[in-house]
Amino acid sequence: MAATAPADVPAIAKKWKDKRGSLIMALHDLQGRYGYVPRDAALELGKLMGVPLARIYEVTTFYNFFKLEAPGKHIISVCMGTACYLKGAPELVARLSEKLGIKAGETTPDKQFHLQQVRCIGCCGLAPVVTVNEKVLAKVKPAEIVDQVYACAKGA
Amino acid sequence: MPKFTPAELDAHRAKLAAAPRKRAIIKVGLNTCGDAAGALPVYQAAKEALQASGLDAQLVRTGCAGMCGLEPLVEVQVGSDPAVMYGRVNAEAMREIVAQHVGQGKAVDAYRVPSIADMCCEPPTPGKQYRIVLRNCGVIDPESLDDYIARDGYQALKQVLTQMTPEQVIAELEASGLRGRGGAGFPTFLKWKITRASRPGEQKYIICNGDEGDPGAYMDRSVLEGDPHSVIEGMIIGGWVIGASKGIFYIRAEYPLAVERIEKAIRQARAAGLLGSNILGSGFDFDLEVRLGAGAFVCGEETALMASIEGKRGTPWPRPPYPAQKGLWGQPSMINNVETFANIPPIILRGGAWFGAIGIGRSKGTKVFAVTGKVKVSGLVEIPMGTTLRQVVEGICGGTPSGKPVKAVQTGGPSGGLIPASLLDTPISYEELAKLGSIMGSGGMIVMDETDNTVELSRFYLDFSVDESCGKCAPCRIGGTQMLRVIDRVLAGKGTKQDIATIKRIALTMQRGSLCALGQTTPNPVLSSLKYFEHEWNERLVASK
Repeated sequence: MAATAPADVPAIAKKWKDKRGSLIMALHDLQGRYGYVPRDAALELGKLMGVPLARIYEVTTFYNFFKLEAPGKHIISVCMGTACYLKGAPELVARLSEKLGIKAGETTPDKQFHLQQVRCIGCCGLAPVVTVNEKVLAKVKPAEIVDQVYACAKGA
Repeated sequence: MPKFTPAELDAHRAKLAAAPRKRAIIKVGLNTCGDAAGALPVYQAAKEALQASGLDAQLVRTGCAGMCGLEPLVEVQVGSDPAVMYGRVNAEAMREIVAQHVGQGKAVDAYRVPSIADMCCEPPTPGKQYRIVLRNCGVIDPESLDDYIARDGYQALKQVLTQMTPEQVIAELEASGLRGRGGAGFPTFLKWKITRASRPGEQKYIICNGDEGDPGAYMDRSVLEGDPHSVIEGMIIGGWVIGASKGIFYIRAEYPLAVERIEKAIRQARAAGLLGSNILGSGFDFDLEVRLGAGAFVCGEETALMASIEGKRGTPWPRPPYPAQKGLWGQPSMINNVETFANIPPIILRGGAWFGAIGIGRSKGTKVFAVTGKVKVSGLVEIPMGTTLRQVVEGICGGTPSGKPVKAVQTGGPSGGLIPASLLDTPISYEELAKLGSIMGSGGMIVMDETDNTVELSRFYLDFSVDESCGKCAPCRIGGTQMLRVIDRVLAGKGTKQDIATIKRIALTMQRGSLCALGQTTPNPVLSSLKYFEHEWNERLVASK
């Protein structure tokens, strides 16, 4: 088995196996546990739930929420909803990209940061909004974003 | 908590009303938005200040009162004085408010903002807010069933189960004129009636569409977080009317707090006998479960949503068969939006005629909008239908922060269109907005000033829709991608008049040929920009004959 020994998979499979159409819920649990959907864990889940790996792959690649690779220690999500877009979210992405040396959707080589653009997180009154792990940064200014992100990562 | 009978529910409500009150009540808005703005330290500060001072006050965590741009929001009511709302409160301000307002009865003017009562008006008046859907948001503790019951919660359910027939409920809905608040505006009574009549006696499902996908709209999140029981009550009533014993909440995974509060509310309702078997002793069995979305805009489309609940890719299927005939797992199913369900209990309690008297033409009641972008006070606004766009943008929300003129308003998100400033006196209704080439949509309202460019905004929306196209049908999958390429050519300064014609031709194909509403409406932002702001496109074209 690979690095992600799917120890929790039987419990997740057991929880959802008998509920109709619950593959997406099981995948949410899986991603909640590992931070992404590891291939070996998905394979194991499929065996236990009676779902072919291809079906799991079909579903995980359709939905934006699921990740197929480990996302790095700190996840930086720049909200790209319309309000945030109008209030300068693209510049926030540009600043972070430049500093971290990665594009949106990528992880730094040292696996410390994952930068992503997300759909509206529903805090439009506070636009532009960036989240670092669970912490929400509101009304972010381009000049301050890099420092704020590092401060969050340090505090985490 | 024991399982209620109808009489016990009434008795419990009377007991809550008679319970002694503290001299002061402090409410701190703790939705996702409040938390993001730093309301938790404010709540802590209030708690510590009250403990230290020993003042006779109750501290309540509420949902969002609506003025999201002014958060953290704190409401203080002392004795029988009117409630005072404070905005942009920090921990220090909170301590000052506790000492001065709660302690000495003197409001702290430096942080005062309009209260909910200041913003609303009875009877409903255009230009003022009127809260039906948001009636409890920012008012009650969303995690307290008692708070909901005290505000007439589950009274409509009791009335329906003990005094009404399903036909009477449908008749009230017909009189109310309520139409689907998810965007399409289908008459709610008709949907309920058709699903009730479909395949009687078979397993049916009622589904709440909480997959709020329009980036820039968050009314549904706010209702789910701020008043979860109102949506649950609406669903139980709907389930009883159509003859469904199972309901499913489909909620975006990006809304963890909404999911948490709904799950908690479901557990509370079950424990109180308001969900589960033999609800309120009526013999009606109904239960709810939560299913999470996983980030797919197309799942707002009802057939795609049902595919997603079945654990599959969220691709739509052609209608007919409609969900009322063959929906989830092939059974008759009915999908309503969060806001639609939240409207049901007040309509039952106050009567369809009351609701139907609000609004204009065939658009009745109120609509909640999330007004964002270039406005002074962004947030949630619930207005009677017929209020003009100008009253919302310039009146209620205070116009642009820079004082620059409004350039345009966008409603309906990626499926909607732009409305130029010259048409801001248009009254808000399904018909009027459609006439302008936009849609009511689910309630996103983005305000732009003259520094914003509509070509770029169109590209933003198109890029979103192309990314979210499920890929099942060719007009949407290929059309969107091709249109995006043409627009990028225009934005790069290499476009010609011919390109504009191409965009329009692709748009027509997508509108006529796409399987579902996503593809059919994807061209809307682009077309409305071309219609009202053609000069912005022409400026970018290569001069051609």
